Amino acid sequence: MNALTEHWVAIGSLSDIPRRGARCVRRGGMTIAVFRTADDHVFALEDRCPHRRGPLSQGIVHDGCVTCPLHNWVISLESGEAQGADEGAVATFPVRFDGDTILLSLGMR
Amino acid sequence: MNGKRKLVVIGNGMAPGRMLEALFDKMPDAYDVTIFNAEPRVNYDRIMLSPVLSGEKAFEEIVIHGDGWYIDHGVTLYKGHKVVAIDRAAHTVTSEPGETVGYDVLVVATGSNPFIIPVPGNDLPGVLTYRDFDDVNAMLFAAQSRAKAVVIGGGLLGLEAAAGLKERGMDVTVLHIMPTLMERQLDPAAGYLLQRAMQKRGIEVVTGANTKRIVGDRKVEGVELEDGTVVPAGLVVMAAGIRPNAALAKEAGLEVSRGIVVDAAMHTSDPGVLALGECAEVDGRVYGLVAPLYQMAEVAAAQLCGDRSAEFLHADTPTKLKVTGIDLYSLGDFAEGDDREEIVLRDATAGVYKRVVLKENRIIGTVLYGDTADGGWFNDLMKKRTDIAAMRDTLIFGQAYQGGGVLDPTAAVAALPDDAEICGCNGVRKGKITSAIKAKGLTALDEIRAYTKASSSCGSCTGLVEQLMALTLGERYNPAAVTPMCGCTGLGHDEVRRFIKAKRLKTIPAVMQELEWRTSCGCAKCRPALNYYLVCDWPDEYADDYQSRFINERVHANIQKDGTYSVVPRMWGGQTSAAELRAIADVVDKFDIPTVKVTGGQRIDMLGIRKEDLPAIWADLGKAGFVSGHAYAKGIRTVKTCVGSDWCRFGTQDSTALGVRIEKFMWGSWTPAKVKMAVSGCPRNCAEATCKDVGVVCIDSGFEIHFAGAAGLDIKGTEALGLVKTQDEALEHVVALVQMYREQGHYLERIYKWAKRIGYDEVRRQIMDDPERRKAYFDRFVFSQKFAQVDPWSERVSGKHKHEFRPMATFPLEAAE
Repeated sequence: MNALTEHWVAIGSLSDIPRRGARCVRRGGMTIAVFRTADDHVFALEDRCPHRRGPLSQGIVHDGCVTCPLHNWVISLESGEAQGADEGAVATFPVRFDGDTILLSLGMR
Repeated sequence: MNGKRKLVVIGNGMAPGRMLEALFDKMPDAYDVTIFNAEPRVNYDRIMLSPVLSGEKAFEEIVIHGDGWYIDHGVTLYKGHKVVAIDRAAHTVTSEPGETVGYDVLVVATGSNPFIIPVPGNDLPGVLTYRDFDDVNAMLFAAQSRAKAVVIGGGLLGLEAAAGLKERGMDVTVLHIMPTLMERQLDPAAGYLLQRAMQKRGIEVVTGANTKRIVGDRKVEGVELEDGTVVPAGLVVMAAGIRPNAALAKEAGLEVSRGIVVDAAMHTSDPGVLALGECAEVDGRVYGLVAPLYQMAEVAAAQLCGDRSAEFLHADTPTKLKVTGIDLYSLGDFAEGDDREEIVLRDATAGVYKRVVLKENRIIGTVLYGDTADGGWFNDLMKKRTDIAAMRDTLIFGQAYQGGGVLDPTAAVAALPDDAEICGCNGVRKGKITSAIKAKGLTALDEIRAYTKASSSCGSCTGLVEQLMALTLGERYNPAAVTPMCGCTGLGHDEVRRFIKAKRLKTIPAVMQELEWRTSCGCAKCRPALNYYLVCDWPDEYADDYQSRFINERVHANIQKDGTYSVVPRMWGGQTSAAELRAIADVVDKFDIPTVKVTGGQRIDMLGIRKEDLPAIWADLGKAGFVSGHAYAKGIRTVKTCVGSDWCRFGTQDSTALGVRIEKFMWGSWTPAKVKMAVSGCPRNCAEATCKDVGVVCIDSGFEIHFAGAAGLDIKGTEALGLVKTQDEALEHVVALVQMYREQGHYLERIYKWAKRIGYDEVRRQIMDDPERRKAYFDRFVFSQKFAQVDPWSERVSGKHKHEFRPMATFPLEAAE
């Protein structure tokens, strides 16, 4: 059996992301939005609302959620799931810190 | 092609609207939908036309699907396009203006036509029907100028029309051919009580009245009855029933009897064509009340999603009259018969009449007048065929009296079983409402409407829904509460604005702490609102919180559906020059901008710009002297002008110069919602000033100032503010008005909604009649502009918020192993 390991990449430091804001990480054709909440937790989601593919990175961050800028869907940063009456989910990516450096997992290999 | 099937819907009433909602719910991407609407508007709640007629509601309040809904769901809506031909062989439909669209599946929902009684004079001007919003407008217009009206028909619609016209100040007579009113829904006793109630509000009722002809020379003058009596009238409303509108289907060769014949799956004689709504005939029956029509809509949607098992089932629907102060409920069969018994309760003083018709100890019909609270309970007993022998002695007193229960007003609702129907229009049961309240934490009526649809059509079950909320929420239920700003607080916009000033709160965290916000840092609804209120109230002290602004205001461009942006440079008063146009052309070439478009506000929009390119584009535009046009802002947008006395042979004043002056004075200011202005050089009004938030119309003797117009989701002409003599005065009045709105408006509330809320006269009083107050508003605006007139583009070109525009990191995709 081959042991698979998480493929972690360094994307920058916490201070690169505005509090209650987001920055984007490009990976091939995909954009991953990396969010920083008011209490300095960091989450990574695909930058694509499950509703109409809106860029979530451009939305307003509040509590553990982001509100999509196109049609105001509210997406949980932790689970990627739509909140309230809406249904749908977006892919999430594990994030961890190495000192001040943010590491993002791009999957197993 | 995108592989979706093409669905064409003829008709944009409530039934097809509901069908599309259900369809998008189940399979949002299965069909490309095109709707043809003979009426020039969106889908609205036809049941609520009566409150609009009587003035209790505005048209905006009864819209079911605003324009945004059609855009969100990618629906093409042809407004004012009546379909004139269906070509079933070619699979196309063609509208009167000549649009031809092909379909894979066609849904016919042409509704019904009012029945025009065949008497001489029925086509005279002044004879109206009561069917759509145009009819209501025509009646309202008539109500302004004519004192007397006759309504022919004493059924549901006729009585609602009569009550509405009476509210609007007309003398109204109802002519009804049968001996008692609403004879199809009421027994004679209840019909009598109803007649008495109508007469009490000053409405004449003539029963047994057979119309012979409508009298008049070039317009209506009266109605002549068989017995020779003439009832004088300047307005005649025909409300003698409706007929399914099946003519188009018949011409297309579909099987038509009374209506378009469909099977229980809503399929017509052509398997590629469905029909639903008032035009459809199922199993020999046609329908006019909303509940069965909505059931048809659900069936049709399920069929469109491939669920062949969905079928329409007939059920009796309760009838309720929507006339304020008259409570009436009728259901099922209440004719007398040998095998039937009845239980009756009358209270003459209170004007209450209740009658339950029984057959073999089961309820088969109910008429309630004056006290209709137990309608739902009787309906439930009837639907379930409950044997009522055990409670027969107390049945008529209602549910609260069964089993010796206490007289708690909510006891009746509490005792209803979970599957009892609360909302007849939308078929919503008690269990669905209570479980939605619990599971989703709903506390407001509007939320319950959004999640369950209960009480969202005719609204007559609102009382029941509120009792359910009281029961389910207990002490947390607060019926008198103002609508809160959002889920983070119980306070409304007005209260929050008052506290910000009274407690001198100057940061978002301070507001949230002092006003006991329930969330740690707010939500996407309250944060932008608070940010605006603080910018407005403390212009010199508050530091704008960019993370609380929508993306458009954060990057000073308009986000588009694919995540690219559009950029609109400011063109003062809509004037430009060769140098400016050249700079725009160079930017378009250099950055390969795909679309360039002239806007409605007399400017140029460049669309399809990548976010990363924004700072460089602004730098180039800035070199040519451009600043941001704020086309994205809840703020001052444009001042549209005509060429005025400079060029135009009709121009009375220099409208262009005034427009440029207003725009240069006011640009950069944040407002509760966008503010669009215009200055027209003469009353021909080429700058369309009379549908703007604020407009100026120049005349020989000075400047007419207008406000509170709308030309978007709603269309509304402006209200006159007043006339001033000089340009200086015009500027001062316009600025003071906008500052008053800045200080009082709710976030996202346009001027026309704010002005309607506080009253047009109040605005005139403060701006026109009170010079000191006007001056104070003006001075506060001028002060706030010191901090607002900073070009956001040049700020960002010089590096502010540069993190916004660049990716944090980029990784190539790895080759698959």
